[in-house]
Amino acid sequence: MKTNKIFISGDEAAAYGVKLCRPHVIAAYPITPQTITVERLSEMVEKGEMDGEYMHVESEHSAISVCMGASSVGARTFTASSSQGLLYMAEGLHYASGGRYPIVMMNANRSVALPWSIYGDHRDSLSLLDCGWIQVYVEDAQEALDMMIQAYRIAEHKDVLTPMMVNLDGFILTHTYELVEIPDQQKVDEFLPAFVTPNKMSFEEPKNLAFSSKPDDNTEFKYQQNQAVLKSIDVIKEVDQEFEATFGRKYHDMVEEYRCEDAEVVLVAIGSVCGTVRVVVDKLREEGMKVGLLKIRFMRPFPEQEVKDLAKRVKAIGVIDKDISFGYEGTVYTNVNSAISKVENYVYKSNFIGGLGGRDITKAEIEDMFHKLYAGLDKSREEKVEFFSLNVETNE
Amino acid sequence: MTATTEINKIINEDNLVYKKTNLLLDNEMHYCPGCTHGVIHKVIAEVIDEMDIQNETIGVSPVGCSVLAYNYIDIDWQEAAHGRAPALATATSRLMPEKYVFTYQGDGDLASIGCAEIIHACNRGENIVVFFVNNAIYGMTGGQMAPTTLEGQVTATTPYGRNTALNGHTMKITEMIALLPGTRYVTRQSAETPAAVRKLKKAVRKAFENTTEKKGLSFIEIVGTCSSGWKLTPTQSNEWMKENMFPFYQLGTLKDE
Repeated sequence: MKTNKIFISGDEAAAYGVKLCRPHVIAAYPITPQTITVERLSEMVEKGEMDGEYMHVESEHSAISVCMGASSVGARTFTASSSQGLLYMAEGLHYASGGRYPIVMMNANRSVALPWSIYGDHRDSLSLLDCGWIQVYVEDAQEALDMMIQAYRIAEHKDVLTPMMVNLDGFILTHTYELVEIPDQQKVDEFLPAFVTPNKMSFEEPKNLAFSSKPDDNTEFKYQQNQAVLKSIDVIKEVDQEFEATFGRKYHDMVEEYRCEDAEVVLVAIGSVCGTVRVVVDKLREEGMKVGLLKIRFMRPFPEQEVKDLAKRVKAIGVIDKDISFGYEGTVYTNVNSAISKVENYVYKSNFIGGLGGRDITKAEIEDMFHKLYAGLDKSREEKVEFFSLNVETNE
Repeated sequence: MTATTEINKIINEDNLVYKKTNLLLDNEMHYCPGCTHGVIHKVIAEVIDEMDIQNETIGVSPVGCSVLAYNYIDIDWQEAAHGRAPALATATSRLMPEKYVFTYQGDGDLASIGCAEIIHACNRGENIVVFFVNNAIYGMTGGQMAPTTLEGQVTATTPYGRNTALNGHTMKITEMIALLPGTRYVTRQSAETPAAVRKLKKAVRKAFENTTEKKGLSFIEIVGTCSSGWKLTPTQSNEWMKENMFPFYQLGTLKDE
């Protein structure tokens, strides 16, 4: 099969993915490390390679509002942001999900001030888990491109109609280069039909959109919204299968298990660090340790069933969090733990918090995590939430 | 006589004609060659030093290249969220009315995302000084179009030049601000020649002196360069600024009450 592979950054891969989806409107405000995506898209629009319109806005808050305005008349829309910009959008994110506008967004994961930092971690998007958006975390540039195409299929599905955020690690993915296959436009057109929604302003079916509610019906709106996000689990699986049949690549739906078949000890992670964990898993496997990786792809909806299935088979689960919910634990850990608590067998658990503000998570550190999980099995280590590789006195 | 003793003869207090102000720290600046921030920092530091108000001055830095201004001018600083410096400065100035409070903002920070905050701080007539550095581009993120980008100007997000029909008109925010009754002193300056720097310094001094009289907000726009964002050498940048920016952003004082 003839393939069209080019050497591009993660940001550019996202832009190519978006272009193939033929959005009508793109509205974004530049923020490091998302900028290259919006620069490429504005270039494609100005060169006439895309039919859509690129709107320069004065802030992220306006960007999301433009996207809602466009979606409310039936236009396919895209925006991109990161960190402070994503947080500045937060009000609009809830509006968009509550309004059931299937906007697709690329978020370049970056730390949150203060201290101000342009480098990566997951504190931006994980602090917005409850904003009603579907959230996927990718591991490389190809997955970033492919998920843009899948995202529109998932978000625009008639039973879902929910916006979706494709997260890629700032700098680690956005600014590094990979050989990425650019799918054929015709195939994408066949895979992704034109956006059709009942949820739009129309003279044929006059209606109000984005209205107020009272205590007697607000819960019902939120119930239906929750049902739609839960329903997306089936759609995500359907779309990934069809994607594989069309493009020959699959992403294993909600999660990807790596060498977990007979694993005793498993590390759970999201995003690009999964690539490093794979390498460590291979090394420790060669040394005879039964270790594996669970790559969580979707944080919302959450892969509860997949985590439970794993928890029934393994003895220890460690969770890497590039975030901290202050006063408690890592957010990925909280979610994983909630699922594990629903199985009957005992699983030793630990939360490893680090990689904040762009600090690298090394193979040696990951290897150490696996050893700590083994130590938990022979009871020489308690279950705990720990910040790893700290350079300050902890007095713990 | 050896060369060393010759030099030592020259280097002595009596021959001193110019000295870097102590307020300007020795940290290596991260600004690109040809960037105007360095000169503006120097002028502000000199005025604070000359007025002997180092211990009474609080700076609020923006989001943008000059977010790191606290590494260079030796006064107390704080950071605000993108565009919110005037709101933060309002509170600091009202709670510490005897202090000299200023914001230092770029055109992305002030004219775009923070447009609401600056308009309202000016309209309330807060007793602060605002330094607005305008280089017609989003510098830190790599040269994308800003509201201040000139018509036809090529940027990373307008590769064929700014088209006002699609991208809106170039914004003269300083002229808008001069209309607000809360502003007392509104001026547009530059820093590309020694003469311009001297004029800028006078304006900076006047703005800080206005603070003591508590008669409203002083606003200084400085038209500057962004060689990296404009993809020009430092010399070409100055030329480009003079040819293109000065005719549109005319230098001079718009208001002095």
